[in-house]
Amino acid sequence: MSLTIKHLIGLHGVPSDDIQTILDTAKTFREVLERPIKKVPTLQGKTIVNLFYEDSTRTRISFELAEKRLSADTINFSKSGSSTKKGETFKDTIRNIEAMKVDMIVVRHESAGVPQFLTRISKASIINAGDGRHEHPTQALLDMYSIRERLGKLKGLKICVIGDIAHSRVALSNIFGLQTMGAQVSVCGPLTMIPQNIESLGVKIYTDISKAISENDVLNVLRIQLERKAGTSIPTLREYHNYFGITAERIEKNNKDILILHPGPINRGVEITSEVADGPYQIILDQVTNGVAIRMSVLYLLGTRQ
Amino acid sequence: MTIKAKIIDEIGFGRTITRLAHEIVEKNKGIQDVVIIGMRTRGEFIAKRIQEKITSIESVSPELGILDVTLYRDDFRTRLKQPEVSVTNISIDITKKHIVLVDDVLYTGRTVRAALDALMDLGRPNSIQLCVLVDRGHREMPIIADFVGKSIPTSINEEVKVRLKEIDEEDGVYLVESPKKGL
Repeated sequence: MSLTIKHLIGLHGVPSDDIQTILDTAKTFREVLERPIKKVPTLQGKTIVNLFYEDSTRTRISFELAEKRLSADTINFSKSGSSTKKGETFKDTIRNIEAMKVDMIVVRHESAGVPQFLTRISKASIINAGDGRHEHPTQALLDMYSIRERLGKLKGLKICVIGDIAHSRVALSNIFGLQTMGAQVSVCGPLTMIPQNIESLGVKIYTDISKAISENDVLNVLRIQLERKAGTSIPTLREYHNYFGITAERIEKNNKDILILHPGPINRGVEITSEVADGPYQIILDQVTNGVAIRMSVLYLLGTRQ
Repeated sequence: MTIKAKIIDEIGFGRTITRLAHEIVEKNKGIQDVVIIGMRTRGEFIAKRIQEKITSIESVSPELGILDVTLYRDDFRTRLKQPEVSVTNISIDITKKHIVLVDDVLYTGRTVRAALDALMDLGRPNSIQLCVLVDRGHREMPIIADFVGKSIPTSINEEVKVRLKEIDEEDGVYLVESPKKGL
């Protein structure tokens, strides 16, 4: 089945059939990743540009691997060492890259809205790899895939996103995507990190971590983003840890199975202790493997769309 | 879509499977290291039937696998509809095995070409043989089947429809007028 969307800018407004197709197709690619030769010729002859205006390890490597495993030709662009330093405008950079005949652009940028802007100035298919505080759709898709893989469904599940919701694009994509698939999403964190009016999205707010743990099936623990000035929302990291950290003690006190996700990179001892981050309830490294499969799925579905 | 002829009926269908199973056993002198691999979707069920038949002949069951070749197709750019991919399910290492690739209809040979590429990415089999229920001619690739249920000379404006109990409620092969003329 084809997708109705031409670009993947965010999960807001993406119909559930499209999300379902992306998740189902990713299963095929998950199987490819288990093969001795982890490569298929599907996107042969397609050119993909990875436009990373912001630092990234996981997402960037994951996209690059996904592209290579589909046999696409890839070009990497990062802000440092580019003509951005020489004063070229963003629009001109894109126009020049486009003039070299590219089929798809994967973009990460510190400003929200850049991927959307790209769809207006470029004919290529655009995939958002994270824009400012807006969305990070492939992360939410891989979260959904990982949850579905473990629990067999998304519909009716209760999922709590914990941490700095106000500065998080992962949280927003999770909320939109999971709600579309029929899950109940809540958030938990200090009120300084919860955006105003988030209840208008149908999201419940927890300020008590123990309650959030006991009332949910899945915890998606976000990183406290020091580089995005999270420091001004909380007095100290230790205080955040004391009130909202996911510790073995808090998990054990809750007498039922719970699934713990974390998009990485982990600040051990801040939002999650090492004991939990390496413990039996987490699926953090599964998420990373599934991330490659999800990105292959998105690239395949958008790249071969007629 | 108008039916022009019924080429194989239910009884004939069963006999054809039986003959193909015997031929596979004969050519491979038993089923040592033989792996039957069905190509999605209909080849998968035909492969299963052949495997069951071989089991009843030899009292040993050959390994069975399912291959999805969507990712290896050469017509992504020319097709109107995006093909749906599904999962390849071959749980054993195919290196040094004798593969019998099973499909319902052999036509241009392009699907078989894709299947050969897909198999090579999974390992290095000692041999690959091709078994088809119907060979309708009009090859576009230098490909020939080792085991053929029935060879049917067709016009390019016709289509061969294989119907199977597992998904279509009956066993049978029909020759029909193609809805898309001149393809």
